[in-house]
Amino acid sequence: MSTSVFKPGERQLSDPGSGPTENYLNAGFSAKSWLLTVDHKRIAILYLISLTFFFLIGGLFALLIRLELLTPAGDLMQSETYNKMFTMHGIIMVFFFLIPAVPAVFGNFLIPLMIGAKDLAFPRLNLLSWYLYIGGGLLAILAIAFGGVDTGWTFYTPYSSTYSNSNVILAALGAFIAGFSSILTGLNFIVTIHKMRAPGMTWFRLPLMVWGHYATSIIQILGTPVVAITIVLVALERLFSIGIFNPKLGGDPILFQHLFWFYSHPAVYIMILPSMGVMSEVITCFSRKKIFGYDFIAFSSLAIAVLGFLVWGHHMYTSGQSIYTSMVFSILTFLVAIPSAIKVFNWTATLYKGSVSYSAPMLYAIGFLGLFTIGGLTGVFLATLAVDVHVHDTYFVVAHFHYIMVGGAIMGYMAALHFWWPKMTGRLYPEGWARFSALVIFVGFHLTFFPQFIVGYMGMPRRYHVYPEEFQILNVFSTAGATILGIGYLIPLVYFLWSLKYGPRSSANPWNAKGLEWEQAGSPPETFNFRDTPVVMEGAYEYEPKIWLK
Amino acid sequence: MANHHHALQHHFEDLEQQFESASLGMWAFLITEILFFGGLFAGYLVYRSLYPEAFAVGSYKLDVLLGGVNTVVLICSSLTMALAVYWAHKGERTKIVVFLFLTIVLGAAFLGIKAVEYTHKFHAGLAPGNAFSYDGPFADQVRIFYSFYFSMTGMHALHMVIGIGLLTYLIIRARQGAYTAEYSTPVEMIGLYWHFVDIVWIYLFPLLYLIGRS
Amino acid sequence: MAHHTIPTRVYYTIFFTLMVLTGLTVWVAFQDLGAWNDVVALSIATLKATLVILYFMHVRYSSKLTHAFIVAGFLFLVILLAITMSDYLTRDTLIAPKAWDLM
Repeated sequence: MSTSVFKPGERQLSDPGSGPTENYLNAGFSAKSWLLTVDHKRIAILYLISLTFFFLIGGLFALLIRLELLTPAGDLMQSETYNKMFTMHGIIMVFFFLIPAVPAVFGNFLIPLMIGAKDLAFPRLNLLSWYLYIGGGLLAILAIAFGGVDTGWTFYTPYSSTYSNSNVILAALGAFIAGFSSILTGLNFIVTIHKMRAPGMTWFRLPLMVWGHYATSIIQILGTPVVAITIVLVALERLFSIGIFNPKLGGDPILFQHLFWFYSHPAVYIMILPSMGVMSEVITCFSRKKIFGYDFIAFSSLAIAVLGFLVWGHHMYTSGQSIYTSMVFSILTFLVAIPSAIKVFNWTATLYKGSVSYSAPMLYAIGFLGLFTIGGLTGVFLATLAVDVHVHDTYFVVAHFHYIMVGGAIMGYMAALHFWWPKMTGRLYPEGWARFSALVIFVGFHLTFFPQFIVGYMGMPRRYHVYPEEFQILNVFSTAGATILGIGYLIPLVYFLWSLKYGPRSSANPWNAKGLEWEQAGSPPETFNFRDTPVVMEGAYEYEPKIWLK
Repeated sequence: MANHHHALQHHFEDLEQQFESASLGMWAFLITEILFFGGLFAGYLVYRSLYPEAFAVGSYKLDVLLGGVNTVVLICSSLTMALAVYWAHKGERTKIVVFLFLTIVLGAAFLGIKAVEYTHKFHAGLAPGNAFSYDGPFADQVRIFYSFYFSMTGMHALHMVIGIGLLTYLIIRARQGAYTAEYSTPVEMIGLYWHFVDIVWIYLFPLLYLIGRS
Repeated sequence: MAHHTIPTRVYYTIFFTLMVLTGLTVWVAFQDLGAWNDVVALSIATLKATLVILYFMHVRYSSKLTHAFIVAGFLFLVILLAITMSDYLTRDTLIAPKAWDLM
């Protein structure tokens, strides 16, 4: 190895004059060249901008919720308003941020680059996905503008289908349309991964990010249509009182929960699996090591996707569902812990004896490891039938799923954003600020949600705007943490925008990382990604230099 | 491929890769359709098991003759669709157009008969909703049966309407000579969709029309 | 191209079989077989669907990957139906009353 020595954690600036001058960003500047683009990279940027917008709106609702819960009395808003706050927070964050987040931005941008393709299999369909997402999002915004929805993001019947006086149909239609965006994205990824791989890119040479997205796509195309038809049935019930969910006519509201959770439980894995893919990329790069247990991580993604469809009833232990079914669901839910734990152990083993450096993406990845583990283990508590009956609908549940969705999915999203920002924009962000904000987010997150485990276990129910005084101190911690967390998310917004203009230009491979997107494409990549179709000669993550005795 | 076919999109290596991708994509889409209708079938199954008598009563009010004729019409349309794909593979422009047209006619006939059935049910007060006026035994549960009847056949009919739209597009393109022996992917893909819609009806017919006849 | 052209004779044979099965399913519906009526009706429907998939949709001549996709689709449909029904079939043993008994 006679080339220049690369110090772990040190970023490489580009040599002036090197790198492609023409790239996907400067290929056109008109609004039309963006809004009618079929380039997967430009569509990823469109998603990035619109997702940020929805994240801010969802965050605003979170802020109002935490502000109201600062004191035990309902001094900021009426209970009806509060119902709308947590509903809109849930709907926006789940359907318009978490589910599309990593796949729509990083999957879109990276899958063709990682497998050596010029684009996704169906570029126009990809653009249609974005328009559907925007269309659904606009309907959700309209629902807010007309006074909001108060059913909770789960749209439980018969409240949503018969009794609620809020804009249920508008919001549900928004979720329905965004669902088709998700289906088409998943379909596009599956076909692309099957049919567009470059010569030599065998299944077991794929970066694990691609495996994660493949598993995600399976859930998207198998689960989403069920919730789509369920939403149609709720709308029909509301419009025409067809009776399917109305107990007065012999309908069963619990059927809605079955159909809803058949999708919405696996949807949690739609949120987390792509972030798990990000983890495998970031941890190997910043440990300078080959991943430990490639096959196990790859197949555990598929196992999570499949097992995820067998456990939905653990949301329904107290609904009136048969207790025998609940017991079976409980046992099956424990099984999901196995592939999840396999992943965590393998990532940890990858760190072992690696040359670990603590750049911003790695800080987020390590944050993910800790937070996801806490979220996952408390998930095992909740899977346990008897324990769940005790903590059902308390803040314990709220804390658990925020540890998975924010601590897991969004930490992965932030890791990805920092890791691939130089690739996507050709600019470097300020590393010091990035590490600082990672720390702020980590601290803010724990301060927000750890007290909620305690207050939930003590019996504070979710979805109420007033609570007994003895819960106040923990809620004050939580609100303080949410403030820190909010600031933590705003700092990156500022320095990323700053870096677009003032950030130093990045080389093609600033992290000295492995993978076609780093080694064979520019930063930013050109419109068709590669000059020539790459030929792949080795597996992913060959970080350890092969030492030959001379 | 040295000489690029005009239908080859830039990001594919050759027409074969393009065809295989389209085919796989179409099948992935049809899987989502299976689960889309699957939600309705799950609901049907639940209520059928809860209220077997009411479902028999409701089903008995449906017209087996019209339902049967429609089944025949739809299977005929699947045959003409299959033949349209057959001739598309051979690149015979006129025959593609003829068989696509026959498929549209049969599809329209199906929808016509369906409209007649719907009208009868509306007049008989069997349309679910607050106008539902049947008051025999199990009235409320019969209403649920008709909710399923209308939402399942309605969703099926919606797919038929979309299918007819797609077939019309195919005819226009076929007349322009877009489909040749080398490239007939759209005809084949929309053919798959049409057959899928047929399959849904193959299940709907016995589940809705033929309960409790014995 | 990977097209396998099926002779039209096959299409007509399948069409004829589908017609016969349609007649059969109507006839059998009017015979009293007890619980077996449903089983027979669904078996005939599945046979018809299989014929359409294999021949009209050319799946008999498609890749293993396509077969896997189709099997997966139906497998997950069965998961949806079976697990949902497992609730309804065992709910009568529940201590608490059912929602619709309360009304």
